Amino acid sequence: MCPESAKRSRSAGPDNPKRRRFLRTMILIGGLIGASLVGLVPVVRGWARRLRPPGALAEADFLSACIKCGQCVQVCPVEAISLADIQDGAGVGTPWIDPRRQACDFSCDGLQCVLACPTGALTHDLDYPHQARMATAVLARPDLCLAVRGQGVAGPARGKNFKGVLRYAEIDRWHPLPVREHEYDLEVCDLCVRMCPIEIRISQCEAGNPPAGDPNQCPPQPAIRLVPTGEKGGRATYTPQVLSGCVGCGVCEMICPAEPSAIVMDLLAGEGSA
Amino acid sequence: MKALLQSVAVLLGRTPPRPTPEDISPRVREIHELQAMPMNREQIRDARAEMVSRPQTWRRRRWAVLIAVNLLFVLSYHLDIQLVEGALTGSRFVGFHMADVNSALQVMLAYRHVVLNLLIGVVSVSLLWWALGGRTFCSWVCPYHLLGELGEIIHLRLAARKLVKNHTFDRRGRTVLWLFFAVLAFVTGYTVYETISPTGILSRALIYGPGLALVWVVALLMFEIFYSRRGWCRYACPIGLTYGLVGVLAPLKVVHNIGQCHNDGACRQVCLVPHVLATTIRGRAKTMNTDLGADCTRCGRCLDVCPTSSLSFKFKGPG
Repeated sequence: MCPESAKRSRSAGPDNPKRRRFLRTMILIGGLIGASLVGLVPVVRGWARRLRPPGALAEADFLSACIKCGQCVQVCPVEAISLADIQDGAGVGTPWIDPRRQACDFSCDGLQCVLACPTGALTHDLDYPHQARMATAVLARPDLCLAVRGQGVAGPARGKNFKGVLRYAEIDRWHPLPVREHEYDLEVCDLCVRMCPIEIRISQCEAGNPPAGDPNQCPPQPAIRLVPTGEKGGRATYTPQVLSGCVGCGVCEMICPAEPSAIVMDLLAGEGSA
Repeated sequence: MKALLQSVAVLLGRTPPRPTPEDISPRVREIHELQAMPMNREQIRDARAEMVSRPQTWRRRRWAVLIAVNLLFVLSYHLDIQLVEGALTGSRFVGFHMADVNSALQVMLAYRHVVLNLLIGVVSVSLLWWALGGRTFCSWVCPYHLLGELGEIIHLRLAARKLVKNHTFDRRGRTVLWLFFAVLAFVTGYTVYETISPTGILSRALIYGPGLALVWVVALLMFEIFYSRRGWCRYACPIGLTYGLVGVLAPLKVVHNIGQCHNDGACRQVCLVPHVLATTIRGRAKTMNTDLGADCTRCGRCLDVCPTSSLSFKFKGPG
């Protein structure tokens, strides 16, 4: 090789194809790293906080342990679980529950999503529904609560077009039924208590009929009750009181006839537990 | 051993080195000399002109398998067959744990736990891909690969009309990205790569329904069509590198035989990873039969286009 051409190939001018390729590669690497780091923003800033399926580890651990395969989605009998989209950044593909659309009512009894999870992001330490702590219910809009206003419910809780399903064990032990097909006729609305999976289990146990015949399924603590608050225009009024047994499954938020729901899931209270 | 190290080095981004004359076996040297003679070169040109285009047998087979595997995931869920539950990142095959090696690595680094189920899944999947050659996953299973191939067809048509130009990148960039994502998962505790993984995004979109994340996949595809031919799969995807490493010692190989080879480069023109075909360049083959390196995806495109059948699949036993 003559020294002239050797010199030229070593020159670092912008027209040198090798140099241009190097710069292109740097830009590609930088761009992809940048794009992936943007994905950290929603999870680090907490924009991607969502109600997770039962047994989910504390949010930061959950996000690192989840392999985003959706096996929990596939086994859920009430199809409560969805996978997060790209708005959740690095949380893309992680399972979450929109309780207002479809809450987890533990229809499966055996915590199928927990059993399906291959990584333990939904921890296998959980054996029974009452051990879950997904969130805590809070009465966020007391002024909308029918019980607080002394009002009742007639007809389906969420209207004729609501697509959600729940287990009505007294009608069908095995198959969840559409909520819209279930007509209520209540003088005072107590749906958040009446439909609470924990409260239902407690009454089944008190009647000597624990779920799946297993006394271990009996929740040790009540989750919610109605407290009388007096009278309003000749009608008795109550306020829902959330108790320590609440697992944050979201059924009360789902069934609440008020629009928007008077009772909602408070995620922050559920942080750091199963 | 030397060939193995070189295979790994090329996988990590090294340009295949020219062989020194001592590396080349005497018989192959003779063939090289014969092929370099002007008379033979003319004969080869004539022979090439007579070649008819061959059916793309391997591409058809491969697309059928790729679609079937992904369809199996979709149907298992929607028809409740429960044959393969989950997505490509992690699944159960008739109850048996399977895990994408790269996704499992990201999870274990981010979570800082060795998850037993994942380990089982990684071992079963690794055994399969080790046997076939790791990057077989890319061309026979990865749904983005199919999109990439369709994008490549568009890219080549546009390029033939000089509407787009192919821009190449330094292949070492993929190794840098792989290391970066591994370190980032460990340091931040988040599976950062999954955010931009077109494999995971597409697999989930197929099974659980489309979402906005597909915008990213489309962006990658546009990048490949208009700027860099097969850019993502060639220069960036860490999954490709992971499986390349899994299959370094694969018993199934694509083997090049120099005996009939015209060195005309039809194989390198269609190859996703043409550096593994460096041995088909005139004067580069060292032995009569040469195994292609670990970056080979066993896609069979080179077998489809080779006019002299100098490339073939061989099951050679481990090593």
